[in-house]
Order: sequence, then C-alpha cells, then structure tokens
Amino acid sequence: MADAVIVVALLLVAGSATAAVAVRDPARQALVLSVLGVALAVLFTVLQAPDVGLSQLAVGSALTPLLIMLAVRKVRRCGRTGDETR
Amino acid sequence: MSRRLRLWLLAVGGAGVTALLVAAGLDLPSFGGPSHPYGDRAVRASLARHTANTIASVNFDQRAYDTLGEMGILFAAVLGCVVLLRQARDEHRAEPEPAEVARPVRRYALIVLPVALVTGIYVVAHGQLSPGGGFQGGVVAATALHLLYLGADYRALERVRPIGLFEASDALAVCAYLVLGLTGVLAGTAFLANTLLPYGTFNTLASGGIVPLLNAAVGVEVASAVVVLLAGFLDQAVEIEEQQGS
Repeated sequence: MADAVIVVALLLVAGSATAAVAVRDPARQALVLSVLGVALAVLFTVLQAPDVGLSQLAVGSALTPLLIMLAVRKVRRCGRTGDETR
Repeated sequence: MSRRLRLWLLAVGGAGVTALLVAAGLDLPSFGGPSHPYGDRAVRASLARHTANTIASVNFDQRAYDTLGEMGILFAAVLGCVVLLRQARDEHRAEPEPAEVARPVRRYALIVLPVALVTGIYVVAHGQLSPGGGFQGGVVAATALHLLYLGADYRALERVRPIGLFEASDALAVCAYLVLGLTGVLAGTAFLANTLLPYGTFNTLASGGIVPLLNAAVGVEVASAVVVLLAGFLDQAVEIEEQQGS
C-alpha cells in the first residue's frame, strides 16, 4: 500500500517536471513549477521527510514562482517602454 | 576549442560520472531497509538533550555550525540582490496606481493572510517539537505578508512593511545567532555547544536548551531576508522605470 503511494507520488513528480520543461511561456512555466513544488512536497511527506516537504512547499511552490513572475513582468515592462521610445 | 573536441570532452566527462554513479548506486543499502546507522545515533543524541524533533536537534545542536554557514549564504545572497536591484541613476520611481481587485480575490486574500501569518509563527515556535522550524516558518510568514499585495495593492503592502526595519532585523538575527554561539565559548565550553541552558521537560515549548533560541534567530533572519528580497523584486517590477529617452 505504502509502495503504491510512493509510485503515484513519483509519477506525479515526473509528469509535472516534464510539463515544466515542455511549457515554453515563462509565466505559465512559473505556474507549472509551483505544481511541481506541491508534487515534490507530497513525495517528501510520503517518504517520511515532512521537514523537507514543508521547506519545498514554502520555497518551491510559493517563493520561486513568485520571483519568476516578478522577473518576467519586469522584463516585459522594459521591452514595452523600449519599443515606445524607439 | 573546436566543436568536435568539445563533444568528446563532454562524452568522456559524462561517461566518467555515469560509471562512478552506477558503482556508488550498486553499493547503496536497499530502499526502505532497517539499517540506519546515522539516524539511530542522531535520534539517541536528540533524545538525550530532550529535543522532540530530531531534525531540529541536528540543525541547531549537533550541526549548528552548518546552519550558521547556510544562514550566512542566505544573508550574502539577499545582500547581493539588494545591491543589484537598487535604483540606478538612469531609473526613476513611478508611483504605482491603485489597482482594481476582484472582490473574491480580495476576500480570500484578507481571510487567508492572518491564518497564514499565524501558521508561519506557529511553525517557527514549535520547531523543536514538530516538523518545521525557523526556515520553513520564516518563509511562510514572509510570503503571507505579501497576500496584502494580492488583496489590496502595492501601496498597502509598503505601508505595513518598513523595509529599513526588516533589513536591520535581518542583520540583527544573524548577529544573535553568532552571539548565542559565542556565549558557549564564554561559558567555558565550545562555540555553539548546547550546554548553556537546562534541557527542560521533553516535548514542551521550553525544551532542548539552546535549540529554540537558535531556531527563533533563524526564523527572524529568514522572514526578514525573504521580505527584503521580495521587496527588491517588487520595486523593480512595479515602481522603478527606466528614464524616458535616456
């Protein structure tokens, strides 16, 4: 039973990680990355490492996607003002 | 270096790493086995010091020196981000306009904000008892604060987040960790040795000797560092603009 849960968690991680690489738009990629963060947190919890799971949940599914989204927004804004002045 | 040579170099390096990894993997104990030599010793040491969460005992007692290094890395990384993301001479600050927020988003953010903040503080405070600790709780509390940006707008967030105060508390928390370590030296034992305080009753908030104090220092450091880091990114994304026509 426990093995089945581990296999499902591993498949979830593999699926969402592949999706994160396959998606090309950076803003969407950040969202998929946050799903990957949740999947990894589930995997760590299933493997009896709730401490690491909690870190992964806080950093991987909230902080990193937020930083990526903010960076993407800044880059897009720079591009827009650059176009106007040109 | 020609393309061909580079590919050869990559192939040789990759083959070497693969061979080493396979050789090491064949020697590993099988998955889920009963033999945990390091775990058994760590659990015994943490129980001897009345720390219910063995991970906290490893992080803040048995390997407190490692945690000092990790804390230093985070501090230096955030310092570097603040220097890189500062307002440059050819940029100016544009006052962000108040944004229209959808009513369900506002309601959700304002309900979840206090819950998430309290959860973060709870995780920091119970680091020595249950999974979690300074790092996890600090990140949760700091990101919870930013729900205000979702629920209201950037100016509301800036009002509850005096950045100078968070920069100072970041540095002070790192100093507090160092000073707590040095008190061990002054008391006649070793740097960061857990001999200063009584170990207390097992599985209560005031147990584990110096562990809860180091845990709290890390919690304040991480929460302030994340707030300062996100403030740098948010300033760049929302407020700071390049000078027109420069």
